[in-house]
Amino acid sequence: MALTIASREVDGVAVLDLSGRITLGEGSVQLRDAIRDLISKGQKSILLNLGDVNYIDSSGLGELVSAYTTAKNQGASLRLLKLTKKVHDLLQLTKLYTVFDIYDDEASAVGSFR
Amino acid sequence: MESVSEVEAAADRLAGEAGMDEDERFHVTMAVREAAVNAVLHGNAYDPAKQITFAFENTGTALVFVITDQGVGLDPDTLPDPLAPENLLRGTGRGIFLIRSFMDEVHFRQLHPGTELTLVKRLAPAGDNT
Repeated sequence: MALTIASREVDGVAVLDLSGRITLGEGSVQLRDAIRDLISKGQKSILLNLGDVNYIDSSGLGELVSAYTTAKNQGASLRLLKLTKKVHDLLQLTKLYTVFDIYDDEASAVGSFR
Repeated sequence: MESVSEVEAAADRLAGEAGMDEDERFHVTMAVREAAVNAVLHGNAYDPAKQITFAFENTGTALVFVITDQGVGLDPDTLPDPLAPENLLRGTGRGIFLIRSFMDEVHFRQLHPGTELTLVKRLAPAGDNT
């Protein structure tokens, strides 16, 4: 299943609800475009909801890192919400768990930007 | 990228038929997919004139996957460590690391031109899967 991205705003935080796979050719480009679009509009607080992301490959991991650094370089902040077990395990294995701020519930995640 | 999807589906099928649990099946399929992506993207550099080959076998004690490309070759010893602090924020360079993490054996062979990558995942002895 390819990646679908739904965007909404909660208390000034842009929440992107991602669903499907983030892999080379199946989601990496959409994610990159969505992040760039938010940043170009001046959004400073971005939360990626990965609760329905069931597969991510090394390209997808790289895209998450690129999104994080792109946001940071533009003075914005990007955080992660609701990792599936597979994505959680991959972030731990690759030590990216130490890079991202990760939350299990949306209210805490949104509140963390204040 | 169609060939990558075909390779991935074949690996998933073989792992499923071998009775691997969901986690192992995911790991094997992901490692094989990463190897196929490397072959197409980094090996053959998306050159449509170059091909990748894929062979797989259940030997009874292990699943063996062999993937070749026709690229310039790869020296795995020169790859930067993706876990090093200075590399953590790089957008690329995790594929071979994931392959090595998920498989029991990974062998590179230079074909001049091209690279042959052999991935081995040992099967649990009969009775251990129950």
